[in-house]
Amino acid sequence: MSDISSLLKTPLYNQHVALNARIVDFGGWALPVNYSSQVDEHHAVRKSAGMFDVSHMTVSDITGSDTLPFLSKLLANDIQKITSIEGKALYSCMLNEGGGVIDDLIVYYLGDSYCRLVTNAGTNEKDMAWLQKQAALFTDVTVTEKPELALIAVQGPTALQDLQKIFPGQISELVSQLKRFQGGFADDTFIGRTGYTGEDGVEIIIPADQASDMWNRLHEAGIQACGLGARDTLRLEAGMALYGSDLDENHTPLDSGLSWSVAMKDDRNFIGKQALSVPSKYRMIGLVLEGKGVLRGHQPILHNDIIIGEITSGTYSPTLSQSIALARINNDPEIEAGTLLKVQIRKNQIDARVVNYPFIKK
Amino acid sequence: MSMTYYTSDHEWLIVEGDLVTIGITDHAQEALGEIVFVESPEVGQTSQKGETIAVVESVKAASDIYAPINGEVVETNSNLDDTPELVNESPEGDGWFMKIRIQEPFDASDYMSRETYLESLDD
Repeated sequence: MSDISSLLKTPLYNQHVALNARIVDFGGWALPVNYSSQVDEHHAVRKSAGMFDVSHMTVSDITGSDTLPFLSKLLANDIQKITSIEGKALYSCMLNEGGGVIDDLIVYYLGDSYCRLVTNAGTNEKDMAWLQKQAALFTDVTVTEKPELALIAVQGPTALQDLQKIFPGQISELVSQLKRFQGGFADDTFIGRTGYTGEDGVEIIIPADQASDMWNRLHEAGIQACGLGARDTLRLEAGMALYGSDLDENHTPLDSGLSWSVAMKDDRNFIGKQALSVPSKYRMIGLVLEGKGVLRGHQPILHNDIIIGEITSGTYSPTLSQSIALARINNDPEIEAGTLLKVQIRKNQIDARVVNYPFIKK
Repeated sequence: MSMTYYTSDHEWLIVEGDLVTIGITDHAQEALGEIVFVESPEVGQTSQKGETIAVVESVKAASDIYAPINGEVVETNSNLDDTPELVNESPEGDGWFMKIRIQEPFDASDYMSRETYLESLDD
């Protein structure tokens, strides 16, 4: 592992150290992979509530009278879907001209001249370059990265009621009013009822100098601190794509099982749309391992002894007590839920069954 | 009489005559996290020092276990097939991986004592 001192640190780094976290180099950031048992952290989120420091992710504000035309061109999903409700959130991919995914993101509509984007950490540099390049083609739109903001996700079936108890007043009131996939401000704290675990909960965007206080209060109230390890098993059980594993610039959203997030059926012209008019050669499937082992990214998938694709991300599911994976395979209609395939795990071929995902139903 | 030795790959060896029992250290299991699968070698397989001899899958990741010594695998811990968590619970006891029969005399200078190993973790 590289020297911790050379890594970027979030405003909550000292909290992680104090909680005895195992810190890893995650794309140049010093982040906790787990604090205690990764499986216990996972179960805390499924059964009650857990919190994650996701401050490495990028928040940027889009402002100016061209905000909506800009996002309409930039995003594969249609920003017009959310412009009737202030605070509403939308998931979308941001594509290059070839239809490849530059990044996936959440956009919040906060007004016709103000939207907020949350993008991935590992893609920060190219995202910002792309956003600035595209913004320059409009007369009045400004993209402002907000590195002074921290992000804390609080997720789980009791997350909303826990937050209302821990933070009476403005935050409690806001949380009680938020509908799913909607956000709003309580003073300078932005709370969105979104997440990456398949559970109800929120993502809190807070000025960095207030983040430690919020984290400590959550911790003192008994909310389980969860690391990147649990974050990955939770999101995969929920069937949510991870950029860099299930999504990349060499594949379109249609190749990655995200056609639901692409708004093709109108005359809106977004970047990459042309490339999406050709049917995808691939499709995404869920797999559950029937034999022993653990499915992992890049393991080949075989059907009748022929390689038909590979796993894009796999793990051991603590909820199901078996291994699960997302896989990209050739678009063969013969393969459907229930079909038994083989996965090459090192020198063995192990049975894996095709299933519909999410792997857990909520 | 048996002697226990350690490697910089966080493995331990218990040497009893020409029979060497192998496993991973408490520090290693702690770093790996919850272990959910152990892929053991076949009995009769040659163990070549430095080559992958087993794979440990934790919830987090797959990790290769490198053979710490030359020889022949004569037994694997079949309890790990159904209860891989033994490696977490008892890494230097019931969570042993395999037994290797060595042909050459054991050379202790290739390995660390427990004391030296534990000191190396503080660096």
